[in-house]
Amino acid sequence: MTSQAIEPPTDRQERSAVLATAPAADLLRHWQALGLDPDFRFVRGPEIGLVSLRGRIGGGGAPFPFGDATATRATVRLDDGRVGHAMTLGRDSQRATIAAVVDALCQDAGERNRVHEQLIAPLQEAIRKRDDTRAAETAATRVDFFTMVRGED
Amino acid sequence: MYVAVKGGEKAIDNAHRLLADRRRGDPEISELSLDQISGQLSLAVDRVMSEGSLYDRELAALAIKQARGDLIEAIFLVRAYRTTLPRFGYSEPIDTGDMKLERRISATYKDLPGGQMLGPTFDYTHRLLDPALAGETVPDAPERRFEEAPEKPMRVSDILAGEGLIEPDGDPSGRDPADITRTPLEFPLERETRLQALSRGDEGFLLALGYSTQRGYARNHPFVGEIRIGEVEVEFEAPELGGASVLGRVQITECQMVNQFKGSAKAPPQFTRSYGLVFGQSERKAMSMALCDRALRAGELGEDRVAAAQDEEFVISHSDNVQATGFVEHLKLPHYVDFQAELELVRKMRAEHAHRAENMQEAAE
Amino acid sequence: MLATGTAVDGGFSNQVLDAQIGFAALMNALSRPGTLQSPGIHVVPPSPLSAMTAIVALTLCDADTVVWLDETVNTSAVRDWLAFHTGTAITAEKELAQFAILDAVRSVADLQGFAAGSQEYPDRSTSIILQVAGFSSAQKFQLSGPGIKEVVSFAPEGLPEGFPDFWAANRALFPRGVDLIFTSKDQLAALPRTTRIDEKLGGHDVRSR
Repeated sequence: MTSQAIEPPTDRQERSAVLATAPAADLLRHWQALGLDPDFRFVRGPEIGLVSLRGRIGGGGAPFPFGDATATRATVRLDDGRVGHAMTLGRDSQRATIAAVVDALCQDAGERNRVHEQLIAPLQEAIRKRDDTRAAETAATRVDFFTMVRGED
Repeated sequence: MYVAVKGGEKAIDNAHRLLADRRRGDPEISELSLDQISGQLSLAVDRVMSEGSLYDRELAALAIKQARGDLIEAIFLVRAYRTTLPRFGYSEPIDTGDMKLERRISATYKDLPGGQMLGPTFDYTHRLLDPALAGETVPDAPERRFEEAPEKPMRVSDILAGEGLIEPDGDPSGRDPADITRTPLEFPLERETRLQALSRGDEGFLLALGYSTQRGYARNHPFVGEIRIGEVEVEFEAPELGGASVLGRVQITECQMVNQFKGSAKAPPQFTRSYGLVFGQSERKAMSMALCDRALRAGELGEDRVAAAQDEEFVISHSDNVQATGFVEHLKLPHYVDFQAELELVRKMRAEHAHRAENMQEAAE
Repeated sequence: MLATGTAVDGGFSNQVLDAQIGFAALMNALSRPGTLQSPGIHVVPPSPLSAMTAIVALTLCDADTVVWLDETVNTSAVRDWLAFHTGTAITAEKELAQFAILDAVRSVADLQGFAAGSQEYPDRSTSIILQVAGFSSAQKFQLSGPGIKEVVSFAPEGLPEGFPDFWAANRALFPRGVDLIFTSKDQLAALPRTTRIDEKLGGHDVRSR
């Protein structure tokens, strides 16, 4: 295994990326283990909708839409007034809700550290492990050419 | 003339009940789960997502189950569901250069940076039915090769671009292309708009058109510069998310086709490019899309339009299988009134015809 | 950053139901020009957006729309609120706007320059949402046209001088032209491009055919 110890993500974007990408079962398990379960109410959602996905001509040219994906968004307000937002692909309301609550919690530096250490870091590790495994499986199908001697004509 | 058509409600109800029964099949046999469809018929799921224009594996699997495996019916179901959802907005353009690769091949360069990785492909299988799969199987675990610092796969187009032999990607800022799901098509189309239509187009239709270009109808000497399959991150910018935020990943197939180009008054001889981009693992579709994209650039590149595949109105207007099936299949719905009118007309014409024949006979006598 | 702002508050409390009530009110307003509609929905937008304007915006705007705001309405609080609740884009070009929100018009020039649509797509025009103090102006218009059995009296407050001429010119563009939605604190009414205005001054009809 090539994974090394990971620097916990420090900014909001990295945190939401991890919460959006982590396998659902891992997310739920680590969230429950974290033991932070503040009371909150929904300001918006959780609401299912579409995000139009865009590619680029040739990979780097002008953008064009090539289909939509389902997405779920949620905005929550904790009882102490903190507001959190999240949007994730798919129709998993639980994921979007957890991500929004985490977003709200992380406005407090103390809770942010705890969230990063006990939730984000292990999830990032789980993602990395899965990516490494899949990359290794793909790498095993790499073609190793050996050139045959070609004739003169 | 009016022919009253009423009734049939009971028949329709009963037909739907019968459909539900036949869909389920033999109740002694265990029912398909969505996970089974999604996991084991994954390429069917990919096709339904791609042509249904909605990335959601679970919904596509449900549609396949509900449609009894009729993929166009499933695509129709997904398209219908899609219209019920609000659209939150548009993603940032995906970066296929940053893909988590599951497959990456090139037909133009053997030793390209990053190498050729076959991935889970049907290529090089012998296409012999495998009786072992008729029972339950436990496949060998995939081989793994952990690499310390794998070479970053370089785009084939970038290799050629280094020599100036290939046309560039074009202006990345781009226009804001018309979205065909929001505004009606107005020909001639921008290339961006064509690509959107082709990406959700029918695989069989695009395959046949792509094939026609290879057989000489708008020949354009294609090579597969590169095919990539893998996951990319989807970023979305919303003020409340504090800028561009990753929403998750989608699996896509990208095909970069490279085509010989003799040059024109304006451009020197070089390679031109065409592009295919679809949801899931769907190489045949991505390649067909790229072939059609190149053929449809005939006007832009100063080539004669001589074949069906180069005719934008023809290709784009007929590529959507939900539209096509709607119009073809509507023929089986009751047309009693129309047909009664036709009957009347034919009877009248026959009477006139007989009358004329009689007159001629009388005149002759 | 919006995370702690007030932009997230005061929207529809029931997205689907509230939007349907708002839509029904707008549909009735446009199909029965000049009639006053009172959709009973509670929203609390940032000032100077009125609650009724906010209901119209929440009902009609989404990530695919482009909105133009006049100087008074174009505040960061309003922009943030609209962005969060509707996802709409904001434009500075009147011509590009599908919807425009105006707080007050000093002259008819303020109502000019918006998209009138094309002959092929007359729907690609701007719907102008105009905030008014109320509908009890001394200057009363007699409305006639589609959706009006005989005549309807309509008296939005604070319209600029020359408004009837502006409207006659707009009507002359048919099928092109803008549509107007008037919003007071708690009511809305509409003038679609098909409606005729005849001014009624001091009880005398000034009808021009």
